[in-house]
Amino acid sequence: MKVSAIITLKKDVLDPQGKVIHQALDGMGFNNVNEIRQGKYFEIDVKENDPKKAKEIVENMCSKLLANLVIENYKIIETQ
Amino acid sequence: MKSSVITFPGSNCDRDMDVALKKFGFNNKMVWHNDIELPKSDLVVLPGGFSYGDYLRCGSMASKSKIMQSVINFAKSGGLVMGICNGFQILVETGLVPGVLLRNRYLEFICKNVFVKLDSKDNSYFKNLDKDILEFHIAHNEGNYFCTKDQLKEIEDNNQIAIYYCNKEGQIEDQYNPNGSIKNIAGILNKEKNVLGMMPHPERMIDESLSGEDGSLFFKNLINNIK
Repeated sequence: MKVSAIITLKKDVLDPQGKVIHQALDGMGFNNVNEIRQGKYFEIDVKENDPKKAKEIVENMCSKLLANLVIENYKIIETQ
Repeated sequence: MKSSVITFPGSNCDRDMDVALKKFGFNNKMVWHNDIELPKSDLVVLPGGFSYGDYLRCGSMASKSKIMQSVINFAKSGGLVMGICNGFQILVETGLVPGVLLRNRYLEFICKNVFVKLDSKDNSYFKNLDKDILEFHIAHNEGNYFCTKDQLKEIEDNNQIAIYYCNKEGQIEDQYNPNGSIKNIAGILNKEKNVLGMMPHPERMIDESLSGEDGSLFFKNLINNIK
Protein backbone atom coordinates (compact mmCIF):
# COMPACT_ATOMS: atom_id res chain seq x y z
CA MET A 1 0.00 0.00 0.00
CA LYS A 2 1.03 3.60 -0.47
CA VAL A 3 2.12 5.70 2.44
CA SER A 4 3.33 9.28 2.28
CA ALA A 5 5.76 11.05 4.53
CA ILE A 6 6.12 14.80 4.87
CA ILE A 7 9.34 16.10 6.35
CA THR A 8 9.41 19.65 7.65
CA LEU A 9 12.05 21.74 9.34
CA LYS A 10 11.54 22.32 13.04
CA LYS A 11 10.39 25.74 14.13
CA ASP A 12 13.73 27.11 15.39
CA VAL A 13 15.69 26.03 12.32
CA LEU A 14 16.52 28.73 9.80
CA ASP A 15 15.18 27.95 6.33
CA PRO A 16 17.01 30.23 3.87
CA GLN A 17 15.39 28.53 0.86
CA GLY A 18 11.93 29.20 2.24
CA LYS A 19 12.93 32.82 2.80
CA VAL A 20 14.15 33.25 -0.78
CA ILE A 21 10.99 31.65 -2.16
CA HIS A 22 8.97 34.00 0.02
CA GLN A 23 10.90 37.00 -1.35
CA ALA A 24 10.45 35.82 -4.94
CA LEU A 25 6.71 35.38 -4.46
CA ASP A 26 6.57 38.79 -2.84
CA GLY A 27 8.29 40.28 -5.89
CA MET A 28 5.70 38.61 -8.12
CA GLY A 29 2.92 40.33 -6.29
CA PHE A 30 1.95 37.64 -3.81
CA ASN A 31 2.16 40.02 -0.89
CA ASN A 32 -0.19 38.16 1.41
CA VAL A 33 2.31 35.60 2.73
CA ASN A 34 3.51 35.53 6.33
CA GLU A 35 6.14 32.84 6.03
CA ILE A 36 7.20 29.92 3.81
CA ARG A 37 8.97 26.84 5.05
CA GLN A 38 10.23 24.35 2.50
CA GLY A 39 10.03 20.64 3.23
CA LYS A 40 10.19 17.22 1.57
CA TYR A 41 7.48 14.84 0.48
CA PHE A 42 7.93 11.10 -0.08
CA GLU A 43 5.50 8.67 -1.70
CA ILE A 44 6.37 5.19 -0.59
CA ASP A 45 4.78 2.07 -1.98
CA VAL A 46 5.29 -0.46 0.79
CA LYS A 47 5.02 -4.21 0.25
CA GLU A 48 2.52 -4.48 3.08
CA ASN A 49 -1.26 -4.41 3.03
CA ASP A 50 -1.92 -3.85 6.70
CA PRO A 51 -2.15 -0.04 7.10
CA LYS A 52 -0.87 -0.12 10.67
CA LYS A 53 2.17 -2.18 9.77
CA ALA A 54 2.85 -0.12 6.63
CA LYS A 55 2.81 3.08 8.66
CA GLU A 56 5.13 1.54 11.20
CA ILE A 57 7.61 0.62 8.46
CA VAL A 58 7.58 4.16 7.06
CA GLU A 59 7.87 5.64 10.52
CA ASN A 60 10.98 3.56 11.04
CA MET A 61 12.36 4.78 7.70
CA CYS A 62 11.70 8.38 8.68
CA SER A 63 13.46 8.15 12.00
CA LYS A 64 16.42 6.20 10.62
CA LEU A 65 17.11 7.89 7.29
CA LEU A 66 14.49 10.13 5.70
CA ALA A 67 14.46 12.75 8.46
CA ASN A 68 17.20 14.09 10.70
CA LEU A 69 15.39 14.51 13.97
CA VAL A 70 17.78 17.19 15.20
CA ILE A 71 16.29 19.64 12.69
CA GLU A 72 13.29 17.94 11.12
CA ASN A 73 9.88 16.58 12.00
CA TYR A 74 7.96 14.03 10.01
CA LYS A 75 4.31 13.32 9.46
CA ILE A 76 2.99 10.10 7.96
CA ILE A 77 -0.10 10.03 5.83
CA GLU A 78 -1.84 6.92 4.61
CA THR A 79 -2.68 7.62 0.99
CA GLN A 80 -4.27 4.39 -0.20
CA MET B 1 51.22 4.73 12.00
CA LYS B 2 48.39 3.26 10.01
CA SER B 3 45.53 5.26 8.58
CA SER B 4 42.50 4.46 6.45
CA VAL B 5 40.62 6.80 4.15
CA ILE B 6 37.11 5.72 3.25
CA THR B 7 36.01 6.31 -0.34
CA PHE B 8 32.28 6.74 -0.87
CA PRO B 9 30.67 7.08 -4.28
CA GLY B 10 31.13 10.79 -4.90
CA SER B 11 34.07 11.37 -2.57
CA ASN B 12 36.58 13.63 -4.30
CA CYS B 13 39.10 14.59 -1.63
CA ASP B 14 40.01 11.01 -0.77
CA ARG B 15 43.17 10.97 -2.87
CA ASP B 16 44.27 14.41 -1.66
CA MET B 17 43.93 13.08 1.86
CA ASP B 18 45.90 9.97 0.88
CA VAL B 19 48.72 12.17 -0.48
CA ALA B 20 48.72 14.32 2.66
CA LEU B 21 48.74 11.39 5.08
CA LYS B 22 51.55 9.63 3.21
CA LYS B 23 53.60 12.82 2.94
CA PHE B 24 53.70 13.09 6.73
CA GLY B 25 54.46 9.47 7.43
CA PHE B 26 51.19 7.58 7.64
CA ASN B 27 50.94 4.17 6.07
CA ASN B 28 47.59 4.86 4.45
CA LYS B 29 45.07 2.45 2.94
CA MET B 30 42.07 3.37 0.83
CA VAL B 31 38.92 1.59 1.94
CA TRP B 32 35.81 1.18 -0.22
CA HIS B 33 32.46 2.07 1.36
CA ASN B 34 31.03 -1.34 0.59
CA ASP B 35 33.72 -3.18 2.56
CA ILE B 36 32.66 -4.53 5.89
CA GLU B 37 35.90 -4.68 7.79
CA LEU B 38 38.19 -1.80 8.55
CA PRO B 39 41.92 -2.55 8.19
CA LYS B 40 43.92 -2.13 11.39
CA SER B 41 44.18 1.63 11.78
CA ASP B 42 45.37 4.31 14.18
CA LEU B 43 43.31 6.91 12.33
CA VAL B 44 40.27 6.71 10.07
CA VAL B 45 39.44 9.61 7.78
CA LEU B 46 36.11 10.35 6.13
CA PRO B 47 37.13 12.62 3.24
CA GLY B 48 35.43 15.52 1.53
CA GLY B 49 33.35 15.33 -1.60
CA PHE B 50 29.74 14.82 -2.56
CA SER B 51 28.93 11.32 -1.39
CA TYR B 52 25.79 10.00 -3.06
CA GLY B 53 25.44 13.30 -4.89
CA ASP B 54 24.40 14.99 -1.63
CA TYR B 55 20.97 13.44 -2.16
CA LEU B 56 18.39 13.62 0.64
CA ARG B 57 20.75 15.39 3.06
CA CYS B 58 24.52 15.69 2.69
CA GLY B 59 26.16 12.64 4.21
CA SER B 60 22.90 10.92 5.12
CA MET B 61 23.23 7.98 2.75
CA ALA B 62 26.97 7.56 3.27
CA SER B 63 26.37 7.37 7.01
CA LYS B 64 24.44 4.14 6.36
CA SER B 65 27.17 2.55 4.21
CA LYS B 66 28.35 -0.94 5.11
CA ILE B 67 31.77 0.22 6.26
CA MET B 68 30.26 2.80 8.60
CA GLN B 69 29.26 0.21 11.18
CA SER B 70 32.94 -0.69 11.55
CA VAL B 71 33.88 2.99 11.67
CA ILE B 72 31.27 3.61 14.37
CA ASN B 73 32.52 0.64 16.39
CA PHE B 74 36.10 1.85 15.94
CA ALA B 75 35.12 5.33 17.17
CA LYS B 76 33.16 3.94 20.11
CA SER B 77 36.16 1.88 21.17
CA GLY B 78 38.22 5.10 21.31
CA GLY B 79 39.79 5.05 17.81
CA LEU B 80 40.57 8.35 16.12
CA VAL B 81 38.06 9.26 13.41
CA MET B 82 38.35 12.53 11.51
CA GLY B 83 35.72 13.79 9.08
CA ILE B 84 36.58 16.65 6.75
CA CYS B 85 33.86 18.62 4.94
CA ASN B 86 31.53 15.96 3.54
CA GLY B 87 33.18 13.65 6.09
CA PHE B 88 31.97 16.02 8.83
CA GLN B 89 28.48 15.89 7.32
CA ILE B 90 28.66 12.09 7.41
CA LEU B 91 29.80 12.17 11.04
CA VAL B 92 26.86 14.29 12.17
CA GLU B 93 24.49 11.97 10.33
CA THR B 94 25.90 8.98 12.23
CA GLY B 95 25.43 10.85 15.49
CA LEU B 96 29.10 10.40 16.44
CA VAL B 97 29.31 14.17 16.83
CA PRO B 98 26.31 16.31 17.82
CA GLY B 99 24.41 18.77 15.63
CA VAL B 100 23.81 19.08 11.89
CA LEU B 101 25.17 21.04 8.93
CA LEU B 102 22.61 23.19 7.17
CA ARG B 103 22.89 25.09 3.91
CA ASN B 104 25.13 28.14 4.04
CA ARG B 105 23.18 31.17 5.18
CA TYR B 106 23.45 33.07 1.88
CA LEU B 107 22.68 29.94 -0.17
CA GLU B 108 25.98 30.09 -2.02
CA PHE B 109 28.78 27.60 -2.46
CA ILE B 110 31.82 29.01 -0.66
CA CYS B 111 35.32 28.24 -1.87
CA LYS B 112 38.07 30.27 -0.22
CA ASN B 113 40.79 30.36 2.41
CA VAL B 114 39.70 31.07 5.95
CA PHE B 115 41.38 31.44 9.31
CA VAL B 116 40.37 29.25 12.19
CA LYS B 117 41.15 29.60 15.85
CA LEU B 118 41.78 26.57 17.98
CA ASP B 119 39.76 26.31 21.13
CA SER B 120 40.46 23.25 23.16
CA LYS B 121 43.82 21.56 22.62
CA ASP B 122 42.81 18.80 24.94
CA ASN B 123 42.70 16.20 22.12
CA SER B 124 44.96 14.15 19.85
CA TYR B 125 44.35 16.41 16.86
CA PHE B 126 45.52 19.79 18.13
CA LYS B 127 47.52 18.96 21.25
CA ASN B 128 51.06 20.47 21.14
CA LEU B 129 50.35 22.68 18.11
CA ASP B 130 52.39 25.87 18.42
CA LYS B 131 49.99 28.03 16.47
CA ASP B 132 46.52 28.96 17.66
CA ILE B 133 45.36 30.46 14.38
CA LEU B 134 45.58 28.39 11.22
CA GLU B 135 44.80 29.15 7.60
CA PHE B 136 42.80 26.41 5.93
CA HIS B 137 40.69 26.13 2.81
CA ILE B 138 36.92 25.66 2.75
CA ALA B 139 34.74 24.55 -0.15
CA HIS B 140 31.17 23.73 0.75
CA ASN B 141 27.50 24.47 0.30
CA GLU B 142 26.29 22.99 3.57
CA GLY B 143 28.65 24.02 6.33
CA ASN B 144 26.29 26.03 8.49
CA TYR B 145 26.67 24.26 11.81
CA PHE B 146 23.49 24.08 13.85
CA CYS B 147 22.55 22.39 17.08
CA THR B 148 19.86 22.77 19.70
CA LYS B 149 20.36 25.08 22.68
CA ASP B 150 20.77 22.11 24.98
CA GLN B 151 23.35 20.54 22.68
CA LEU B 152 25.24 23.82 22.44
CA LYS B 153 25.40 24.11 26.20
CA GLU B 154 26.62 20.56 26.42
CA ILE B 155 29.35 20.94 23.80
CA GLU B 156 30.50 24.20 25.37
CA ASP B 157 30.54 22.70 28.85
CA ASN B 158 32.57 19.72 27.62
CA ASN B 159 35.01 21.83 25.56
CA GLN B 160 33.95 20.02 22.40
CA ILE B 161 34.34 23.01 20.08
CA ALA B 162 37.59 22.37 18.24
CA ILE B 163 37.90 25.39 15.94
CA TYR B 164 36.11 28.67 15.20
CA TYR B 165 36.11 30.80 12.05
CA CYS B 166 38.04 33.99 12.76
CA ASN B 167 40.18 36.63 11.07
CA LYS B 168 43.96 36.70 10.76
CA GLU B 169 44.27 38.09 14.26
CA GLY B 170 42.03 35.42 15.72
CA GLN B 171 38.97 37.59 16.34
CA ILE B 172 35.87 35.42 16.34
CA GLU B 173 33.13 37.68 15.00
CA ASP B 174 30.12 37.24 12.76
CA GLN B 175 31.74 39.11 9.87
CA TYR B 176 34.38 36.33 9.71
CA ASN B 177 31.73 33.63 9.73
CA PRO B 178 31.51 32.40 6.13
CA ASN B 179 28.42 30.24 6.37
CA GLY B 180 26.27 31.22 9.34
CA SER B 181 27.45 28.52 11.76
CA ILE B 182 26.32 28.94 15.35
CA LYS B 183 29.07 30.71 17.32
CA ASN B 184 31.38 30.59 14.25
CA ILE B 185 31.90 26.87 14.83
CA ALA B 186 34.08 25.31 12.12
CA GLY B 187 34.78 21.98 13.79
CA ILE B 188 33.69 19.97 16.79
CA LEU B 189 34.73 16.93 18.75
CA ASN B 190 32.72 14.21 20.38
CA LYS B 191 32.56 14.05 24.16
CA GLU B 192 35.49 11.64 24.36
CA LYS B 193 37.56 13.87 22.00
CA ASN B 194 38.56 11.02 19.68
CA VAL B 195 36.18 11.99 16.85
CA LEU B 196 36.75 15.29 15.03
CA GLY B 197 34.50 16.78 12.38
CA MET B 198 35.49 19.99 10.62
CA MET B 199 34.58 21.83 7.43
CA PRO B 200 38.06 23.19 6.55
CA HIS B 201 40.44 21.05 4.50
CA PRO B 202 43.91 20.76 6.06
CA GLU B 203 44.95 18.41 3.21
CA ARG B 204 44.79 21.37 0.81
CA MET B 205 47.45 23.26 2.76
CA ILE B 206 50.43 20.95 2.61
CA ASP B 207 52.60 22.61 -0.01
CA GLU B 208 53.96 26.12 0.34
CA SER B 209 54.28 26.65 -3.39
CA LEU B 210 50.66 25.64 -4.03
CA SER B 211 48.80 26.95 -1.03
CA GLY B 212 50.06 27.25 2.49
CA GLU B 213 51.79 25.26 5.16
CA ASP B 214 49.29 25.20 7.97
CA GLY B 215 47.98 21.81 6.85
CA SER B 216 51.55 20.50 7.06
CA LEU B 217 51.77 21.72 10.66
CA PHE B 218 48.49 19.99 11.41
CA PHE B 219 49.48 16.61 9.95
CA LYS B 220 53.03 16.65 11.37
CA ASN B 221 51.61 17.38 14.79
CA LEU B 222 48.87 14.77 14.40
CA ILE B 223 51.25 11.93 13.61
CA ASN B 224 53.51 12.93 16.51
CA ASN B 225 50.53 12.95 18.84
CA ILE B 226 49.48 9.48 17.76
CA LYS B 227 52.97 7.94 17.97
